[in-house]
Amino acid sequence: MTVAEEKTSPEISQEKSWHGIVLQSLKRNDISLVPYVPDRILTTLIKNLHADPFFTTFPTAREEEAVGIVSGAWMGGRRGAVLMQTSGFATLANVLASLAMPYQIPLIMFVTERGTLGEFNYGQSLVCRTMRPVLDSLAMEHHTCTRLDEFEFICDRSIKQAITTQAPVALILSPLLTGGKTFDK
Amino acid sequence: MNSTPARNTKVMNRFDLTSRLVARLKNEEAVVGGIGNTNFDLWAAGHRPQNFYMLGSMGLAFPIALGVALAQPERRIFALEGDGSLLMQLGALSTIATLAPKNLTMVVMDNGVYQITGAQPTPGAVVADIVAIAIASGLGNSAWAADEDDFERLIDQSMSTAGPTLIGVRIDDKPGVGTTRRDPVQIRERFMHGLGVREPL
Repeated sequence: MTVAEEKTSPEISQEKSWHGIVLQSLKRNDISLVPYVPDRILTTLIKNLHADPFFTTFPTAREEEAVGIVSGAWMGGRRGAVLMQTSGFATLANVLASLAMPYQIPLIMFVTERGTLGEFNYGQSLVCRTMRPVLDSLAMEHHTCTRLDEFEFICDRSIKQAITTQAPVALILSPLLTGGKTFDK
Repeated sequence: MNSTPARNTKVMNRFDLTSRLVARLKNEEAVVGGIGNTNFDLWAAGHRPQNFYMLGSMGLAFPIALGVALAQPERRIFALEGDGSLLMQLGALSTIATLAPKNLTMVVMDNGVYQITGAQPTPGAVVADIVAIAIASGLGNSAWAADEDDFERLIDQSMSTAGPTLIGVRIDDKPGVGTTRRDPVQIRERFMHGLGVREPL
């Protein structure tokens, strides 16, 4: 493999799963602090983050607590990202509007999407509908990730943009990417 | 058996205690001031580049301070929070107890009221013991300060304790002495300069 080829095909291209891409994108961008409130979909990613000594990863009681932690860490010179599910994002409007946005903190969020494409809980589907309007009302960058072949590009570019522009970003992980949660599981 | 423990703690003043804390800081320690009067009094005690002032996100002083503590394990971090704010985010105490940063000292300013909104009592005002809650959350180094001297002693002690410390102080219902200049970007940028993360342009 030539040097040029190495540059265009980083090590993560060997890892084909979406959660492998998240982990490697975090690592490549020196994001080592990863608090989360779990989701079934995130199980493998969380397990692999715990297994990798590069990461400090732990559960928090609420999503906004995790946002506070990574915001403090950013100001102290350490990069972080938060993992959550849709209903967790729905608790965040206050902290996004009063901390992350006005203080210009590059908050990086991965949100596994529930409430669409086969949802079986009506409440979850309603919660899901609040997510993009909240993001749009604050003019926050967000992308809905549906395809594995685009995912590394979106992850890596979005993380870099958040940090260089000092602006939050939400990457919504669609059931089209992750498989989602279905009624028989 | 008494259903509630006796409260032998003196009722003190937020600005006075904050000033006492700031006067003891000799090593560029970081201080995170919670929403409202807590950071107003931190501002009034004399601005330092290592101070961070919250202008919203009620309840997140301790989580923000935890983040700073995890980013800079060699620096001592103080976090000042009101009792009403803490009641919004009690789960954070368990998170901090689990991670057990060695460099975090938390102070809870407990007046039992939401002073800034009209001094309405908090739901915990009569019945809840913040220090007991902290201990039960896993923060073994938690204590009420009996008076001002005891507060200073507990602050000093926390700086050499191998784990997070929480200090409860009972305070009066006075408003903050000053008003923080509400410029969030400048607050954040100066804090990052103060922590050595960035150089000024």
